[in-house]
Amino acid sequence: MSFPLGYTGPVSGIILGLIFGYILENAGFGSGCKLTAQLRFKDWAVFKVMFTAILVSAGGLYLLQGLGLIAVDNMFIPSVMLWGTTLGGVGIGIGMAVGGYCPGTSIVALMSGKIDGLLFLLGIGIGTLGFNSVFSSIESWAWKQTGPDGLTLPQLLHLPAWAVWGLLFAILVIVGYLTRTGTPVHKASNKSSGAFAPQNS
Amino acid sequence: MRNSPRPLWNPYVAGVLLGLGLLATFLVTGNGYGVTGATTLATAAVAGKVDPNTVAAHTYLHNLFEVGLNRWVVWEVVGLAIGGLIGSVLAGRFKLQIDGPTQAGRSLRLILAVIGGIVAGFGARLALGCTSGMGLSGSATLAAAGFLFLIGFFIAGAVFGQLTKGLWK
Repeated sequence: MSFPLGYTGPVSGIILGLIFGYILENAGFGSGCKLTAQLRFKDWAVFKVMFTAILVSAGGLYLLQGLGLIAVDNMFIPSVMLWGTTLGGVGIGIGMAVGGYCPGTSIVALMSGKIDGLLFLLGIGIGTLGFNSVFSSIESWAWKQTGPDGLTLPQLLHLPAWAVWGLLFAILVIVGYLTRTGTPVHKASNKSSGAFAPQNS
Repeated sequence: MRNSPRPLWNPYVAGVLLGLGLLATFLVTGNGYGVTGATTLATAAVAGKVDPNTVAAHTYLHNLFEVGLNRWVVWEVVGLAIGGLIGSVLAGRFKLQIDGPTQAGRSLRLILAVIGGIVAGFGARLALGCTSGMGLSGSATLAAAGFLFLIGFFIAGAVFGQLTKGLWK
């Protein structure tokens, strides 16, 4: 058996996607309040969930590579496009602060009954068409690749993968310790509870 | 229906499960999770039917229109939607409502959702991936691009989070 297995049909997509959506919903990521509370530093769940997932997945991939079972190079590793990657991240950050979601979480929100999730999703379609209409004038600089194909942090920092993983793990432990209350601040506040009442009614 | 929804999962537990799901996805398909790959294919499919000029030769959407919708990432997003529905119904969180900034009126909430979506949709094409495809899946391979994306995402999100603070409270 060699990895990746290459199962890229509908059944593989639906099962793996279903797991993804079920976890995002139960993490609370179908709620714009919960997601944007991270951007206001009131609730660190988004950071904790994402960073833990990155560490588990990266740890698994590089461990399996160390055991000789897979080659991470055989997986899709995105390349750096200095302007496109950075500005794209900026756009999605702004989109979340303004609209409450990112693309995946807007779908989870929609499937939890949230109309604004549907409108965010329609906005993504409009934004995609907007990109299509200006594509020819920005393609040359926005998608200009920096560095080699699939540049990784271990290559960039000249460190072994386990050392990079250890640094990222240390960041999670430190941030997790500093934000360890676990209870979202806005729920503990009496003053803001009234603002939430209409949602819960 | 129960009255109060079940509590959310502990973020570290959710993170470990998400990481295992993502790892399984890599091992099965060679790709991680993604979302805007599918929304872009869907946009191309709809736009091409409505106005063929939007998918004419030399446009960005041209090849994506030709590819069609029978792609793994589209099925994965169908699964994502089903998973979100099952999760919200089983936890008692499904509720038809307009969520969004608590201090804004209904129409402003809907307008902000569209504007946010437009900026995010444009940004996802610039970066060739969204929070899932680039931030989560890219970083899980330790790709420099994934972390660069996340830095841009969190800095811009924090700045605009402060600017929009009064709307959410």
